[in-house]
Amino acid sequence: MRQSFPTRDVWRRPRLRLVDLLVGGAIFVLLYGLLRVGLTVTHPFVPGHTQASISTDPAELPYYALRSLTRMFIALGLSVTFTFVYGTAAARSRRAEKVLIPLLDILQSVPILGFLTITVTFFIALFPHSIVGLEMASIFAIFTSQAWNMTFSFYHSLITQPRDLDEAARLMRLTKWERFWRLDVPGSMIGLVWNGMMSFGGGWFFLTASEAITVNKRSYALPGIGSYVAAASARSELGRVLLAIAVMIIMVLGVNFVFWRPLVAWSEKFRNEQSEAAEQPRSIALDTLRRSRVPGLIARPVRPIAALLDRLTRPFGIADRPLVANVARRRAGDALFGIAVAVVIALGSSSALRYIADNVGLGAFAHAFGLGAITFARVIVVVAVSTLVWVPVGVKIGMSPRLARYAQPIVQVLASFPANFLFPFFAAFLIATGISLNWGGIVLMALGAQWYILFNTIAGAMSIPSDLREAMDNFGVRGWQRWRRLIIPGIFPAYVTGGITAAGGAWNASIVAELVTYGHHVLVAKGLGSYIALSTANGQFAKTLTGIVVMSIYVVGLNHLLWRRLYRLAETRYSL
Amino acid sequence: MTRAQTEQACILAADHITKSFTTPEGAPLAVLDDINFKLREGEIVALLGKSGSGKSTLLRCLAGLIAPTSGRALYRDAPVVAANPGVAMVFQTFALLPWLTVRQNVELGLEARDVPPAERRDRAERAIDLIGLDGFESAYPKELSGGMRQRVGFARALVVEPDALFMDEPFSALDVLTAENLRTELLALWAHEGFPTRAMLIVTHNIEEAVLLADRVLVLSSNPGRIRAELAVDLERPRDRRTASFEALVDEIYGIMTGRAEERPAVAPVAAAQPSPIDEPMPTATVGGMAGLLEILLARGGKEDLPALADDLMFEVDDLLPLVDGATLLGFATVDNADLQITDDGREFVIADILTTKELFARKAAERAPLVRAINNALAASMDGNLPEAFFLDILRRGFSDEEARHQLDIAIDWGRYGELYEYDANTGQLRREHRAPEPEQDPVDA
Repeated sequence: MRQSFPTRDVWRRPRLRLVDLLVGGAIFVLLYGLLRVGLTVTHPFVPGHTQASISTDPAELPYYALRSLTRMFIALGLSVTFTFVYGTAAARSRRAEKVLIPLLDILQSVPILGFLTITVTFFIALFPHSIVGLEMASIFAIFTSQAWNMTFSFYHSLITQPRDLDEAARLMRLTKWERFWRLDVPGSMIGLVWNGMMSFGGGWFFLTASEAITVNKRSYALPGIGSYVAAASARSELGRVLLAIAVMIIMVLGVNFVFWRPLVAWSEKFRNEQSEAAEQPRSIALDTLRRSRVPGLIARPVRPIAALLDRLTRPFGIADRPLVANVARRRAGDALFGIAVAVVIALGSSSALRYIADNVGLGAFAHAFGLGAITFARVIVVVAVSTLVWVPVGVKIGMSPRLARYAQPIVQVLASFPANFLFPFFAAFLIATGISLNWGGIVLMALGAQWYILFNTIAGAMSIPSDLREAMDNFGVRGWQRWRRLIIPGIFPAYVTGGITAAGGAWNASIVAELVTYGHHVLVAKGLGSYIALSTANGQFAKTLTGIVVMSIYVVGLNHLLWRRLYRLAETRYSL
Repeated sequence: MTRAQTEQACILAADHITKSFTTPEGAPLAVLDDINFKLREGEIVALLGKSGSGKSTLLRCLAGLIAPTSGRALYRDAPVVAANPGVAMVFQTFALLPWLTVRQNVELGLEARDVPPAERRDRAERAIDLIGLDGFESAYPKELSGGMRQRVGFARALVVEPDALFMDEPFSALDVLTAENLRTELLALWAHEGFPTRAMLIVTHNIEEAVLLADRVLVLSSNPGRIRAELAVDLERPRDRRTASFEALVDEIYGIMTGRAEERPAVAPVAAAQPSPIDEPMPTATVGGMAGLLEILLARGGKEDLPALADDLMFEVDDLLPLVDGATLLGFATVDNADLQITDDGREFVIADILTTKELFARKAAERAPLVRAINNALAASMDGNLPEAFFLDILRRGFSDEEARHQLDIAIDWGRYGELYEYDANTGQLRREHRAPEPEQDPVDA
C-alpha cells in the first residue's frame, strides 16, 4: 500500500484567516463552558463504585482487554457517526462550512490529552454517582483521537466528488438519503477506511492515557488494559507490564486481522478509477467470509429494512439545490449569522479570560508561552532525530518491494502500539541512571511520534516510479546526488504529511511524557506538557485552560507558518 | 425524418439565455450570450462548437444543473428551477457508479422515482436488452470496455423514459469504430416505433457526427458563445458520408467554424486598431503542432480541404482547429471556404533551418500574436528586462477567468520560449527578456 497516513488531503488547508481566530476563540469558550459545568456540580464519588486503581492480577487481564476493546469500538462508531453528520454539513452548507472547517482544523491540532481533564470533569458532573461518566470521558478521549482525520477525509472526498457523478445523481433525482448511501459514502469509502484504521491505531495511546487519570487530586481508574499498566507501573511490577504488552500486541494484530484488513480489502471495490488497481490488498478473513453463507444471511433481513428506510426518508426531499438564490436575503442571513457567532464568542472569551485573570492572572499566558518554548525545543529534536534515523531506513525499505511487503504491516503495528505502555521501563531506567526527564522526556515523546515519519517515508519511497530509478541507475546518479535529485523530492510529499502528524503527536505526548510516575517516584520535566498535567492533577483548572490554549496556539501556528508552506511546495513541485 | 417535418410541440426552450462568470477582477465574462432556440418533439438537434463555445454550459442550463445569469430555460413552457425532471443525460465520461453493477446502475434512476422492485427489475431488464447489454447485468463498470460502459450510460438514461435525451459528447471518449457502431444503434432505436423519448439534444465538436445524427445543427461561436448559424439537415436516413450532399454540408460547416470571428462587436476603431490580448486570445496550439500541420500541408502541395485533412489525420475539430487558428494568426496559412492554403512565410517556416525558423517565428509572433507582442513590448520597456508574471495575469484577468488567464499566459510563454523572445522562471514567476530578442518596432506601450 502506498498511502500515507493520514491521507494527504487531510492536511490540505486554506490560508489562516480572520475566521480562524474566531473559531479558535470558540473552542476556548467551549472548553471554558465545559469546565464551568463540571465545576458547578461537585458531587463526590460514591466509594465502591470507582476505584483509584485496579488489581494487577494477570487472570483479570483478558477481561480488562475486552473492556478496553469495547471502548475502542464504541468510540469508532461515534467517530463514524460524527464524520457523516459533520462532514456532510460542512460540505453541503456553505454557511456551516465557513465555521466547521476551521473549527475542525483547530480541533485536530489541539492536544487531546489536555482536553481530557476538562471532559472528565464534565462527564463526572453529568453522571455523578456512577462509573458511566468516567467511561464516557475515556470513550470521548479515544473519539477525539479518531474523528478529526476521518472527518477531514470524508469532507474532502465530498467536495472533490467528480462533477459528472454529481450531475448524474441530480438528474436521476435521487433523494437526499439515497444520494448519501449510493454516492457520498461509497465514494469516500477508501479514504474513510484507511484513515479510520490508522486513527484507530492511534486511539490505543489515548485509551491507555484515559483509563487511569488523576484529576483534582483524586485518582480514577476504569477496568481496562491501560489502567492495568498504570497500576502495575505504580507498583513497580515490570513483569506484569510485559504481560500487558504481550496482550496488547495480540489485540492489535487480532483486530487488524479480523476487522481492518478485511475492511481495507473490501473497500477496494469503491475505487473510482475505471480500471483495476495493479495490486489488490487481500485478506484471508474476507475471502473466508465471502465464501461462506454469512453475507447472504445478513443481507436478507437488511434489504427490506434498507428499502423501508429509502421510503421513509423520501419526505426529506431530493438531493438537488435550487438554481436561483435570493442574493440579498442570503447576504443578510450571512451577516446575521456571522454577527451572532461573533457576539457569542466575544462574550464567552471575555468571561473565560476573566476566569483565568481572577484565578491565576493573565501573566500565566506569558509563563505558559515560555514553557511552551521548552516543549517546542523537544518537539524539534524529536522530529529532527526521527527524520535522520528513519528516513534512510524508510527509503531503504520502500525501494525494495520485497522488504516493503514485510516491513509495512510491522511498522503499522508499531505505530498502533501505545507508546505509553513502554513508559514504565524508561522511567525505571531513568531512575536507575539518574538521567533527568528533561532529556529523557524527548525519548518518551519520540516513542510514539517517530513511526509516522517512518511509515510515510516508506509510502513515499514506494511511490517513486521504477523507471525514474532505472534512469538514475543508467546515468550513474549515485550517493548524495541521487538523494538530492531523486529521493528527497520523491518522498517529500509523504514526508511532510508524516512530519505534521509526528509533530502533532509529539506535542500531545508531552502531556504524558513530561510527568511520569513510577512506583513512588515522580519525574517531572520542565515544559508545557507537565504544566498542563500538574495543574490538572492539582485541580488548578484555570492553569489547565491556559496551558491548553497556549499549546493549541503553538500547534496551529506552526501548522500554518511552517507545515502548510512545505505542504504547498510538495503539492506544486514535488508531486509525482 | 417524417416526425420532424411538421410543426411539433416544443419540449424545451432557451429563452434569451446568457451565462457569465465573474472574473477575479470583478468583471463579468460571458460564456453564453443571448441564446434562443427550441427543441421540438420528434427532432434531434446537435449543438456544435469549438471548446470554449459554452455548448456544454448551455446543455447544463437546459438540464437544470446550473442557472443562467439571465434569461431562462423552459421545459414544457414551465421555467426550469431545479434538475429538469424530463431530461436524462448521457455523459462523455459515462458517470457510472463504479461500486454498482450494471443492473444496479440502470435501476438507480427508477429507485429514485420510487418504482416498485418488481417493475423496476422488469424495466431495467428491458432497457438492458434493448441496448445490447444482456449477459452483463452483474458486471461492474470497471470490467467493461469503454463502448460497453457507454451502453450502460444509455440504458440508464433511457430506462426512465425521459421526454428528452441529452448527450454531452457521448462518443468522444470511444474509439472510432465503437463510436460509429453506437451511433448507428442509437439511430435505429430512434427510428423504432415504441421509442419513448421524444427528442434528443447532442453536444459535439465533431462535424460529421452532427451531420450524421441531427435534423438541425446549431453552430456556436466562441468567446462568448452565440448561435452563429443554424442549418437544417434534410438528408435522407440512413445517411451516407460519401454522398456529395453530405460532404457539401460538412464543408459548409467547416467554413462557418473556421471563419475568423467576423461579427465581433466593433471595438471602437482606435488609431492603431490592433486587437488586444483580450480581444484576440491565444489559440491552444503548440509550436510543434503548427509546424507539423504546415509540413503536412506543404507535402500535399500547399493547399488542402480541411475536412479531408482532419479525416486523414483522424483528427477532430477540437484538435485541428486550434492549430489552424494558430497558423493563420501567425500568417503562415490562410483559410478560404474550408480550404487551408500555406503562405510564403509558412513555406519558409517549414523549409528553413532551425535558426531561421526560430527567427521567423519570433518575428511573426511578436508582430501578430497580441499577447506575445504585449509581453515583448512590456519587457523591452521595463528597466532591466524583467517583469513578474502577475503583471500580465492581472491584465488578462480583465477578460478571462483565473484559469483561462493562466492558460493564455502559458501558451504565450511557450511561444516566446520557442522564439527566444523571453525566458520564464517557474520558481520566481519572472519573465525575462532574451538578449537576442529583436527590438519591438512600434510604441512599447501596449495593453
